[in-house]
Amino acid sequence: MTVKLLLNVNGKEVEADIDPRTLLVQFLRENLRLTGTHVGCDTGQCGACTIHLNGQAVKSCNILALQAQGSEVLTIEGLAAANGDMHPMQVAFKECHGLQCGFCTPGMVMSATALLKENPKPSEEQIRAGLDGNMCRCTGYQNIVKAVQTCAARS
Amino acid sequence: MGANPTSAFPNGIGASSLRKEDQRFLTGAGNYTDDINFPGQSYAYFLRSPHAHAKIKSIKTQAASAAPGVVAIFTGADLAEAKVGGLPCGWLITDMSGQPMKEPPHPPLAQGKVHHVGDQVAVVIAESYLQAKDAAELIEVDYDVLASVTDVATATQPGQPAVHDMAPNNVCYVWGHGDKAAVDKAFSAAAHVTTLEIRNNRLIPNAIEPRAAVAQYSRSEDAYTLYVANQNPHVERLLMTAFVLGLPEHKVRVIAPDVGGGFGSKIFLYAEETVITWAAKRVNRTIKWTAERFESFMSDAHGRDHATKAELALDKDGHFLAMRVKTAANLGAYLSTFASSVPTILYATLLAGQYTTPAIYAEVTGVFTNTVPVDAYRGAGRPEATFVVERLVSKAAMELGIAQDEIRRRNFIKTFPYATPVGLTYDVGNYEATLAAATKIADVAGFPARREEAKRRGKLRGIGYSCYIEACGLAPSNIAGALGARAGLFEAGEIRVHPTGSVTVFTGSHSHGQGHETTFAQVVAERLGIPFENVDVVHGDTGRIPFGMGTYGSRSLAVGGSAIMKALDKIIAKGKKIAAHMLEAADSDIVFENGNFKVAGTDKQLAFGQVAFSAYVPHNYPLDKLEPGLNETAFYDPTNFTYPAGSHICEVEVDPETGVTKVVSYVASDDFGNIVNPMIVEGQVHGGLVQGIGQALLEQAVYDPESGQLLSGSYTDYAMPRADDVPNFKVDTQVTPCTHNPLGVKGCGEAGAIGSPPAVISAVIDALKDLGVRDMAMPATPYRVWQTIQNARA
Amino acid sequence: MYAFQYHRPGSLKEAAALLGKLGDGKALAGGQTLIATMKLRLAQPSDLVDLGAITELRGIKVEGDALMIGALTRHAEVAASAEVKKRIPALAVLAGGIGDRQVRAVGTLGGSVANNDPAADYPAGVLGLGATVITTQRKIVADDFFDGMYETALKPGELITAISFPLPKRAAYAKFPNPASRFAMIGVFVSQVANGSVRVAVTGAGGGVFRDAALEKALTANFTPEAVTSVKVSASGLSSDMHASAEYRAHLIGVMAKRAVVAALG
Repeated sequence: MTVKLLLNVNGKEVEADIDPRTLLVQFLRENLRLTGTHVGCDTGQCGACTIHLNGQAVKSCNILALQAQGSEVLTIEGLAAANGDMHPMQVAFKECHGLQCGFCTPGMVMSATALLKENPKPSEEQIRAGLDGNMCRCTGYQNIVKAVQTCAARS
Repeated sequence: MGANPTSAFPNGIGASSLRKEDQRFLTGAGNYTDDINFPGQSYAYFLRSPHAHAKIKSIKTQAASAAPGVVAIFTGADLAEAKVGGLPCGWLITDMSGQPMKEPPHPPLAQGKVHHVGDQVAVVIAESYLQAKDAAELIEVDYDVLASVTDVATATQPGQPAVHDMAPNNVCYVWGHGDKAAVDKAFSAAAHVTTLEIRNNRLIPNAIEPRAAVAQYSRSEDAYTLYVANQNPHVERLLMTAFVLGLPEHKVRVIAPDVGGGFGSKIFLYAEETVITWAAKRVNRTIKWTAERFESFMSDAHGRDHATKAELALDKDGHFLAMRVKTAANLGAYLSTFASSVPTILYATLLAGQYTTPAIYAEVTGVFTNTVPVDAYRGAGRPEATFVVERLVSKAAMELGIAQDEIRRRNFIKTFPYATPVGLTYDVGNYEATLAAATKIADVAGFPARREEAKRRGKLRGIGYSCYIEACGLAPSNIAGALGARAGLFEAGEIRVHPTGSVTVFTGSHSHGQGHETTFAQVVAERLGIPFENVDVVHGDTGRIPFGMGTYGSRSLAVGGSAIMKALDKIIAKGKKIAAHMLEAADSDIVFENGNFKVAGTDKQLAFGQVAFSAYVPHNYPLDKLEPGLNETAFYDPTNFTYPAGSHICEVEVDPETGVTKVVSYVASDDFGNIVNPMIVEGQVHGGLVQGIGQALLEQAVYDPESGQLLSGSYTDYAMPRADDVPNFKVDTQVTPCTHNPLGVKGCGEAGAIGSPPAVISAVIDALKDLGVRDMAMPATPYRVWQTIQNARA
Repeated sequence: MYAFQYHRPGSLKEAAALLGKLGDGKALAGGQTLIATMKLRLAQPSDLVDLGAITELRGIKVEGDALMIGALTRHAEVAASAEVKKRIPALAVLAGGIGDRQVRAVGTLGGSVANNDPAADYPAGVLGLGATVITTQRKIVADDFFDGMYETALKPGELITAISFPLPKRAAYAKFPNPASRFAMIGVFVSQVANGSVRVAVTGAGGGVFRDAALEKALTANFTPEAVTSVKVSASGLSSDMHASAEYRAHLIGVMAKRAVVAALG
């Protein structure tokens, strides 16, 4: 059995017939080949798969693609400006060395941008608490926090 | 004490250059193994043992084979029939009796018996991953479940089940190191002996990218390509072809593309990639396998897991006289690639620490258990040694009423080179300098007031020290060989200068977060005087790189960078000859400065790019004496290890009501020798510290003693450090350049994870010392701290 | 994940009808537990009835002396709601501490309460406030709703539509998170109503949320932290695992109850 899915992904309308079992992250990675969204765990904890669904950060590995029916999805590939200029958060991550292996990075950046949308001037404590859904094994978080602070200070 | 070099050159050595690799990682353009797809690829799913120890009576695959989409199913019997070998161990340890260690077979798919929960039993290859997984449920395995053993401290006792028949009592080796007689003598005369029994908790590496592999076979070339999340593709290829599959090495290309963290766990040759490489030819299909996280927990090599009794003999003034250490090290169910060397060569040799302890003896028993194989994890042996030494020292200080820093100062090694009683020769260091710097930054003088202030808030504040040393830059091949290594440990680098003067660097090191594309480019840009933007670094591909031993043991810059420096020397030497011809001067009159070949003492000069162009368009070129082209390869084998060292000071606050420990201040002053990119080095320290703090406070792999099940088999039970678990760190560097490599560098990747656990634990103990607490096991979870407080009060 | 039939009804009526006739169907709210469970192949429903298109179940409003929160209201919405923060701030704090940010953006009140995970936060709020669970068929008071680990009074096909939380005089929730999962290792919800009577609901301790009669009695008599300290919480019946013994959990109940009382007193 397949079900028709209609989505807007990174500003483009997408239509597909999919197996209902398809997770949103699978749909993005396998059907759309948007491989910037990563899968790091199977229990919805690591946050590497974080994307924006109707403007909110969610874990795309823990939601069926069909649950996003009719929604707007933004992935890391759609975050930069149309001319290719990186989003201020991406710039801040680079300048603050907020990434090492890069695997958690797309999810981390998507969480961080959603965090600032909700709370444009967060304290360090609020940033650390606000990133509780994203694990990073490389950076020790310090430079990620610094990147979010830097981005917040600039906007 | 030297200062870190700083270059006037933009993006040269000493500059915090922003990373070249970040653009792709930040925009979702990274290329990790699971991102790689080929038309018509099939998918593998591994059926794993649900039992810790069982005989396989039968495996029935008929129903599964008939399931939709199934391409093939293979079991251990198929591999045996095809004469596929076992996964090898790369380091021979010789038992005290003179016998080689016990090396039980490690078949990529179980044959006859399974030895741990998660052991591979069969592989299903199907058109889709879901089909492979669905079909695996239809495989019927009839197990005869056997009693299992998981605890390293008791596995060698009589009456415990034997994991392997060839190793009764589960002993792989008993290995001794040091002068036992001298140690025993020193203990018998000591004024004070401090004794410590510790468990170094078992850890699960948890790189956020799960292991993955894509294997291809080309009938036309009779050759294989394997994409794999791996830290050392050449070693992977060598082990897989020569020891397991019996394939000629030149017919297998191994590519480790972007790799999402390693921390040791991706050094090793694993069963999964081996099986799918073999199977790719059998089914003549591309096969993809990506671990689910639950598989990572039960199949990635784990780390640490020691049970140790350690003693330190001191004179009445707190000078160390001797150290005696007895360790049982869990090796797991099979010997993983470097498993045997981690608790021996990389452990006992570090027990001198930063101190002049004249006599040291260590006895290590390598123990088989029904658990996932244990191998190198960030630090590999050195965190275990540091924990033993630094906890002994802090405990001795407490017992003798000497301050934690003072007892260390009294025993520091002060003159170099220094030959330790455990076989290493430290070339250089200045331990007083890092301790002084850390003391100042941590405002140790203000600690009593902070402690009082915390007390008014109902919190117990403590301070802990750790003065660690590590042996990095692995490794001088002749020394490693004498110690049992079955491989060399040099590194290779190739510098390919293109006709227009841009450069591609091919390195045998592998970057999985360390930023080599940036650091190595800085080294090359500075040395050749060319723009950083004109240098690209290629790594992780046996088809493009001459050879490589990969990245682990904080070796990439010290060994891989040195190979690059040697290749650059060759480039410059050849460039000088070309320039001499073009400038009509003698070879010996040419100097190379700031990117220009000059005739010394004149204003005659050629830019590097002009010489490069001439090498490829050799119209005015000494063709009678010199080959055209500008491409040089060098191999570098270090003459000694490097010895990064530092002082860490940690302050914690314990909530005595709940047992919650918070790290409230952490200062690290490290000596990594010269530093190429301070920003990257700082990031490496941060990451290491959080892994060390994770070990000290949060992380533990726990097996059920009865069933042998891994209880901490997911992120709901294995506590990974998150952003709100850790503070901001204050990181400082002091510099004594390494004396024996061309960059004067020592390595920084593991220091944080090595130095931090004892600093944190000593701080927790210090916080609770007024309650009578003298020891604390890792991880100091709220539950454990609360229990310890209850016991102390009882 | 095993295969299933997918349904996305547009109305509550349609959803209830579907669930009534599907033998082994399950309602899918936010799915933050259900999808993870299905991925691990620990659940195998024949059908999933996705409630995501039913907008009528989402929202927060004041009704008399109660806050009425629709079953599909996201945790993040409850946490951020000015109405909740004003009327029952403890509930906003509770919702803001569930899972992590991404989970809170998707997970729903009804989903969490219907699942009744023994370490979930919402059941403590529902029981601790003496809320009423409103379903497609009836109203169920909290004391009759929770029935031990993962069990509730809900009948097959019965859906939670909203929960009515009576406004307390004061209330607070104190949570001690499991260091790994961040679920409640112990969570204590304390509320006091106008007549002074106190409810204390405990989650994370064992086989499902429960009220602690001894703490309620002591706090009804004297709503102070000292009253909590006077009660010795028994470890009997509490769970022991690698993260905490029953004794430690019992101790934490006292500590969290005390902290909740302090917070409630502001």
